[in-house]
Amino acid sequence: MPDVTRLAFFGGVYSNSRALAAAIADARRWGAEGLYALGDFGAFGPYPDRVFPILLSAGVEAIQGNYEESLSTDASDCHCGYTDPRDNHFAALSYGYTAEKTSSEWKRWMATLPKTRRLDVGGRRILLVHGSPRKINEFLWESTSPEPFLEKLLSDHDADVLVCTHTGLHWQRRLPSGRLVVNSGALGRPANDGRTEVWYARLEVGVATRARAELSPVEYDFEAMARDMEQEKLPGEFVETIRTGWWTTCLEVLPSKERSRGRY
Amino acid sequence: MAVQAFPEVPSLSLDTLWFQVAGTLCNLACTHCFIACSPTNQSHAMMTRADVRGFLEEARGLGVREYYFTGGEPFMNPEMLAIAGDALAQGPVTILTNGVLLTPERSRRLRDLFERSEYSLDLRVSIDGWDAATNDPIRGEGTYARILSGLQNLAAEGVNPVVTVTEACEGAAAAAGRERFLDWARSIGLSRPRLKVLSLFRIGAEAERLRGYAPRETLAGRTLSPEELEALQCSTARMVTARGVYVCPILIDLPSARMGATLAETLRPFPLSTGACFTCHEYGVTCRT
Repeated sequence: MPDVTRLAFFGGVYSNSRALAAAIADARRWGAEGLYALGDFGAFGPYPDRVFPILLSAGVEAIQGNYEESLSTDASDCHCGYTDPRDNHFAALSYGYTAEKTSSEWKRWMATLPKTRRLDVGGRRILLVHGSPRKINEFLWESTSPEPFLEKLLSDHDADVLVCTHTGLHWQRRLPSGRLVVNSGALGRPANDGRTEVWYARLEVGVATRARAELSPVEYDFEAMARDMEQEKLPGEFVETIRTGWWTTCLEVLPSKERSRGRY
Repeated sequence: MAVQAFPEVPSLSLDTLWFQVAGTLCNLACTHCFIACSPTNQSHAMMTRADVRGFLEEARGLGVREYYFTGGEPFMNPEMLAIAGDALAQGPVTILTNGVLLTPERSRRLRDLFERSEYSLDLRVSIDGWDAATNDPIRGEGTYARILSGLQNLAAEGVNPVVTVTEACEGAAAAAGRERFLDWARSIGLSRPRLKVLSLFRIGAEAERLRGYAPRETLAGRTLSPEELEALQCSTARMVTARGVYVCPILIDLPSARMGATLAETLRPFPLSTGACFTCHEYGVTCRT
């Protein structure tokens, strides 16, 4: 094993193929030896079929998110885990469009993906999931995933490092035991912070040092993405988020801390 | 006729821990209260900060994810803010209140707690109508104005509460009723209104107000799938009162729902034997926000 192994993790792509390509290029420049995508390749954005060839040609290893689970089983909704009718309204628009525009060939491919993945890097056990190790659509938000809960989750699932997505907001927490939880955020839409960049996670695992994560912003041609969304007649609220960096929909699921940081 | 067995809910994990922090003592006496809390109901005593700390310590070892405080009226407990601070040091906190005691000073201190903590703090404020004419018959004469003032004190501090409404308010659960409540919340100054609509439990005062459970409203003889059992909050929650640890926040007046004195000894299956269990299953009720 080299002194340091570098791995990159991509959260929800949400059909943002430009951001995915930009993140792959960025991760390679940084020296990533392994690229991993944590599911939810579709949703929110336009032309879902453009994402998969990029994943495959770059050798990105993928697991399922709730979108892939739903699309590959012909489910009637995304099983995103929302409870408020206002959130479910926009989730249904997003899923309806993506289900219609994703070809059956790629839906069959999704069915072949695992729901979790384990890596062993120099004896460090790294667990990759979409939502949480116990549920594909469980939200691990920064302000509602306290240390004692995460310690138990990692013990129950035999992991030293947990990497997840699903919330769309990136964060990391070093636990008192030294273990690490990283939410890689999302490439599909900005992080409700008034910036147009999207985020992914870099992980460095050293021989002698403990695993260390860095959350990394990616610039991409968001204006072209916004125009594609308009072309496809996706909701104006979604387009506004791409252009402004502020979430406009699916806000009720946010914990109060995360909600208070946004514009809406 | 053979007696039909009740399905049992497993204990999958302890994610959510509730505290009956004010006991059954309340400054209101709502006609739909499932535990008939009132200024004179002493059946569960108020908890001390030391009581709560003991359970928080045990909860830490069990990996509890979130804490809820209810009563009665939590802010009748003089230690409520200190207790909330203790809990916030190890996880997100939600306080269920009737809003009457949310003075400007208390609202300011809640905002300070919210800002200082790395975990979320939520206030859930109960109301049962859009005006005094609809709310006061349920929650008491003059309560609409007092709740409104509490909500506006929170809003003035930038704390965004979850407005909680029960189905005792006619039409609240329907889409039009929800919209009306959201409009109402905006009109009183809550710029990002959050709303939770709760089903009624036909026990306590509510059994007197309308009716109790009918014999057919039971889960006896039913088999629930793993997904259905997992959806019940009792698979991942417990309620602590001054008298011990109960299966859920609803059944604290039922002696058989007391499962033990410590959290660890209550992490075992429970028979879904009550009408309230039927309500939770049939209507997908969760007391969580």
